[in-house]
Amino acid sequence: MKFRYASAPYVVWSVIFVVVPLFLVVGFAFTDSSGQFTLDNISKVTTYTAVFMRSIWLSVIATVICLLVGYPLAFIMSRCLPSGQRTLTMLIMLPMWINFLLRTYAWMTILEHNGILNTILTTLGFQPLNMINTQGAVVLGMIYNYLPFMILPLYSIMTKISGSVIEAAQDLGANPFLVFARVILPLSMPGVTTGITMVFVPSVSTFIISRMLGGGSNMMIGDLIDAQFLGNAYNPNLGAAISLVLMVIILLFMSILNQFEDSEEKEGMMI
Amino acid sequence: MKRFCAFVCLLLIVTMVAAPTVAFGYTEVDTEGMDLDYYTQYKDQGLTLNVYNWGEYISDGEDDSLDVNKAFEELTGIDVVYSTYDTNESLYAKLKTGGTSYDVIIPSDYMIARMIEEDMLLPLDFNNIPNFKYINEIYCNPAYDPENLYSVPYTWGTVGIIYNTTMVDPEEDMGTWKVLWSEKYADKILMFGNSKDAFGIAFKALGYPINAESMEQLEEATEYLKEQKKVVQAYVMDEIFDKMAGGEAAMAPYYAGDYLTMKNDNPDLAFSLPREGSNIFADAMCIPKDAKNKELAEMYINFMLEPEVGLANIEYIGYSTPNDAVYELLPEETKNDPVSYPSAEVLATCEPFLHISSELALAMDEKWTEILTDDQGYSNLLMPMLLAACVIAIIVLAVIRGMRKKRDQI
Repeated sequence: MKFRYASAPYVVWSVIFVVVPLFLVVGFAFTDSSGQFTLDNISKVTTYTAVFMRSIWLSVIATVICLLVGYPLAFIMSRCLPSGQRTLTMLIMLPMWINFLLRTYAWMTILEHNGILNTILTTLGFQPLNMINTQGAVVLGMIYNYLPFMILPLYSIMTKISGSVIEAAQDLGANPFLVFARVILPLSMPGVTTGITMVFVPSVSTFIISRMLGGGSNMMIGDLIDAQFLGNAYNPNLGAAISLVLMVIILLFMSILNQFEDSEEKEGMMI
Repeated sequence: MKRFCAFVCLLLIVTMVAAPTVAFGYTEVDTEGMDLDYYTQYKDQGLTLNVYNWGEYISDGEDDSLDVNKAFEELTGIDVVYSTYDTNESLYAKLKTGGTSYDVIIPSDYMIARMIEEDMLLPLDFNNIPNFKYINEIYCNPAYDPENLYSVPYTWGTVGIIYNTTMVDPEEDMGTWKVLWSEKYADKILMFGNSKDAFGIAFKALGYPINAESMEQLEEATEYLKEQKKVVQAYVMDEIFDKMAGGEAAMAPYYAGDYLTMKNDNPDLAFSLPREGSNIFADAMCIPKDAKNKELAEMYINFMLEPEVGLANIEYIGYSTPNDAVYELLPEETKNDPVSYPSAEVLATCEPFLHISSELALAMDEKWTEILTDDQGYSNLLMPMLLAACVIAIIVLAVIRGMRKKRDQI
């Protein structure tokens, strides 16, 4: 307990920049522009159900695909030689050195009607595809931007699974499927939940991807909040109410995820 | 780790070599004709001036142009602290929340009207701004500041349809907003990604004034914009530059000044100002209520009106100038360009945005969201139900886990 005071900087930081703003959000959400208590903002949020459903649905798809793509890769990575592991980690991190906005902008030029992909397709004699301004493009943008956040926690938990455990299972007669279902999957569960959280949470609140790749008509929760603060109407009270509902959704979602994990087995991985 | 460091070093060297040599513009202005006593009265007092402007909205020395802020600092000995914003609304939000005080801001017409209404601006002392005499009287006493007490116009421009001549039928009538609803160009039309401009166009196409007057008009425009959604490829703002230059879309409504920039990249583009009339916008210099140095701010505004400074700014921005002395210095072809300087008859059909009642403004934003998110007929109860289902799921899962744990212990 000697080091208890070492956490003071973070405690001060989080009180000023996390706890106080949270109360401000709640305060704004339950008041109108003149500061009177009201529930109108919260009830108005329900008129944007379509936006919420679309955001949640698209982020769920993106998260599932990230998991399906990231899980095998993370396992293969964790079984590589140390030098191979370093190279692969580097390759996964490399796109993150480029600014987020720029990466998304680049996808815009790739997917456009006269974009790079369609130019290649037409020169090869295929029909051009309609890719930009669709929900698929938005999901693609999410997967591209958030895939590293799925792979890295999975990889770091899988390096802790000793090869001898897998061998023991095989020696006791487990077939590859059983090895996966009874040994690898349960042991990698903390990485799976962390990965899902780290992909789903930023996806569901993203706002620039949908605007750039979705053509503006695939509005998401993030765009809606952005419009309340920087749009023509300037309605921070409604914006705060939408943020609050989004926070509740994320909180509920994370508590469901938590149920799939044994609390004793946490090793500082779960957020 | 060593190899990693070496790699980073290599990368740094490559970027440094590849970085373009930055061209510094000049900072000397021709002081002939300027009142030097006026400009140097605060010299050597170590004063600073906070200027808050749009991004890319001042000549900054790029490509051997005049670095306006540096020139002002050298002439007056006042330090300029310059920062930028990207929407009128973020400027408004910043001023409302306080924290930083600015001395000079350059908002647009409707925002100035709103700020005047909410008592956020200081009246100017025009004795300190003698160069106001250069402002053409057409731009004095504008609708957003009827007595011209609070603002000095900086730039103006119109909104029109930018179209690609290779993709649009030469017989097509481009002189009407209705062409943006034409099914012939389905999926080849871009539309404004903000409610104010989009509704402005819909109102004009329906023959109404550009500023909403009633809920009925708003409803009608909403239906009209929903109808347009079938033919619209995307709702965009500055992405228009890339999309129009690359031939991705056939037509898009946008600002006249930006059309000139786009035409540099794609000479096939053309511009039309629909005969139903359009929006004329103006950005003007103002001093917010909490300004610390009003006299310095007025000096800065006066400096911006100097013909040479004004010319450098207008050449950099590409919008039109309300300043007669600057207009005289422009090349002949620009002066006669109907895109930048339309005739008085055409201008008479254009209207500025004004501050509409907050009730209508809120309704407009709601309708705009409704247009962008095609309502798939979800029930309003869906979300509360979903949240309740989540809570129940958590409880059930927790109970199951608790039971399992108990069983394991036995």
